[in-house]
Amino acid sequence: MGQARIVIVGAGPAGVRAAQALVERGVRPVVVDESRRDGGQIYRRQPDGFKRPYAKLYGTEADKAQALHRSFEQLQHRIEWRAETLAWHIEPHALHVVRNGEAEVLPFDALIVCSGATDRLMPMPGWDLAGCYSLGAAQISLKSQACAIGRRVVFMGTGPLLYLVAAQYVAAGAQVEAVLDTSASVLRLRALPRLAARPSVLLNGLRLVASLRRAGVHVMTGVTPVEIGGSPQRGVTGMRVRDRRGREHAFECDAVALGYHLRSEAQLADIARCEFRFDAASRQWLPRVDQDGRSSVKGMYLAGDGVRLSGADGAEAAGRLAALTCLADLGIERSDRAEVVQLRAALDKMERFRLGLLQAFPWPHRAAAALPDSTVVCRCEVVTAGELRTAVSELGACEINRAKALCRVGMGRCQGRYCGHAAAEIVAHAAGIPLEQVGRIRGQGPVKPLSVSALAVGGAE
Amino acid sequence: MDSKNPPERRFVRLGETERRAIQVWIDGRPVHALEGDTLLVALLSSTSHLRHSEFSDVVRSGFCLMGACQDCWVRDEQGQRLRSCSTPARDGMRILTSAQEVEWARLA
Repeated sequence: MGQARIVIVGAGPAGVRAAQALVERGVRPVVVDESRRDGGQIYRRQPDGFKRPYAKLYGTEADKAQALHRSFEQLQHRIEWRAETLAWHIEPHALHVVRNGEAEVLPFDALIVCSGATDRLMPMPGWDLAGCYSLGAAQISLKSQACAIGRRVVFMGTGPLLYLVAAQYVAAGAQVEAVLDTSASVLRLRALPRLAARPSVLLNGLRLVASLRRAGVHVMTGVTPVEIGGSPQRGVTGMRVRDRRGREHAFECDAVALGYHLRSEAQLADIARCEFRFDAASRQWLPRVDQDGRSSVKGMYLAGDGVRLSGADGAEAAGRLAALTCLADLGIERSDRAEVVQLRAALDKMERFRLGLLQAFPWPHRAAAALPDSTVVCRCEVVTAGELRTAVSELGACEINRAKALCRVGMGRCQGRYCGHAAAEIVAHAAGIPLEQVGRIRGQGPVKPLSVSALAVGGAE
Repeated sequence: MDSKNPPERRFVRLGETERRAIQVWIDGRPVHALEGDTLLVALLSSTSHLRHSEFSDVVRSGFCLMGACQDCWVRDEQGQRLRSCSTPARDGMRILTSAQEVEWARLA
C-alpha cells in the first residue's frame, strides 16, 4: 500500500476516473493538467462567475459532466493536484513538467497518460483566414465563454460533433448559416449495425439533425469543399462548396467552424518510445496498447482519446481500467476480475461504435490529394500543398519527417497537430505509396513551446 | 456584409454578460471586457484579430482555443508573450496585436 509514485497526466474523463480508482485503494497520485480546472475539453468547466446550469452547458451529457466534476471535488484533497502544469517531456521514470515558468521533474513508478485529443483538420483554400476556427474552438468559445465565433457561422467538416456544436449554437441564439458535411448520408445507413452498439447515442444524433432542420438551418451532406472566401485583412466572408451533382453553393458568413473528428494527442507516448500502430479505419497512427491500457513501455499506461478515440464514456472506462491494471502490475492490489471483464466489455462496445462512426463520417482523405497547389497546408508557417508536393517530387521526400525537414510543413508553432494528417496524405498521394509508409510526424519534447528561462531557473537537474 | 473593412469585433456574446466590467487596452486603445473572459475573448469582443502572420499578409485570430495551436499569441507592452486563449483577462492589461516578429520576417 501507499508508497508507489503514480503520476496521471490529464484530468478529463479518463484521468479523473483513473485517479479515483487509485485513491479508492489508498494511493495518492499526482495529477497534472494544463488547464486551470478539471473536466478536460469535453466537460470543461466555465469560469467562476458564470451562471449557466449544467443542463444548459452540457445538454444530454449534463448528468455525466456533473458526476465527473463531483468525483473530482471529492478526490481533490486525496490527490496531489497540479493545475496549469504542462507535462512536456518524459525520461525513464521521470516526467518533466513546467508550471508558471518553473520547471520540475516528477519521478514515477508508473505513469498513466490521459492526454485527450484535438480536432482533426483537413485544409481547404482560405482556412488560414481570421475567423476560421476548429470545430472544438467553436464549442469552447460557447461552453466556456458564452460567445459565438462570429455573427454568421458556417459549420464545415464531418462527424457527430459537427451537428452537436451547430445545434448548441442554434440553442444559444447564434446564427448558423449552414452545416456542410463531406460524408454522404447513405453511409450512415450502412453504418447502422455498428452504430446500434450505442442506441441512445445514435438516437441523440438523429434528434440533433432533426432539430437543426426544424430551426431552418441549411444542412447538406456529401459536399465537396471549394473555398473559404475572404481577404487577408478582413478575414472570412463566405464559404463555397459543391454538392453531389457538382453544383456550386455559396454561403455568406464571417466565421467557419472546421473539423473532421479527432486526432489523438500522442506526443508523450511517442517521446517515451511507446510503439505505435497504423489504424487503417481512421487512417492515423495511434499508440499500441493492450486491452487494459498497457503501452509497450513498462510502467506506462495510456487511456482515453489520447490512444483510442472512443469518446468521453469510453475514456471513463479506459481510465479506470488502466489504473486497476497499473495497481495490479505494481503488486499493490489484484484487480477485481468481474470489474475488469465488465470494463473490457464496455470498451469493446465503444470500439464497435467508433468503427461505425468512421464508416458513417469518414476522414475525406482524397480531398487532400485534390487540394490546389496554392492551398495553405501548414497554417503556422504558410507552407502550401504545392511546396509540399515539390518536396516529394523534386527532392524525393517520401517520409513525412523528411518532408518536414525540407519544406517545414509541421515545423511551426502547432508542431504539426493541425496539418500533419493532411500533409501525410498529400505526400502519400504525390509519392504513390500507401499512407502507412509515409509514417507520422515524430513527437518531440517540449510537446508545446516553452520558455528557455523556465528550464534555466527551474533547473531540470 | 461589408466586404472591405474588417469587422469591428469578431466574437458575439450570447449570455453571461452580468459579470463585472474590466478594461483592457488594445494597441493603446481602451476597450471594455468582462471579468472571467479569456484574454482572447476580451480582445476579439472589441477587435477583429490578434496578430499578423509572420509569413504572409494574413491577420490571425486564433484557431483551436484549447492551447494546442499557439495561433493566438499576443504580447503585452512589456514584450511578454501571452497565449491569449488560456490567459485570463485582467483589468488594465495592455496588449499589442502588432509584434516584432512581423518586422523580422519583413527584413528577411
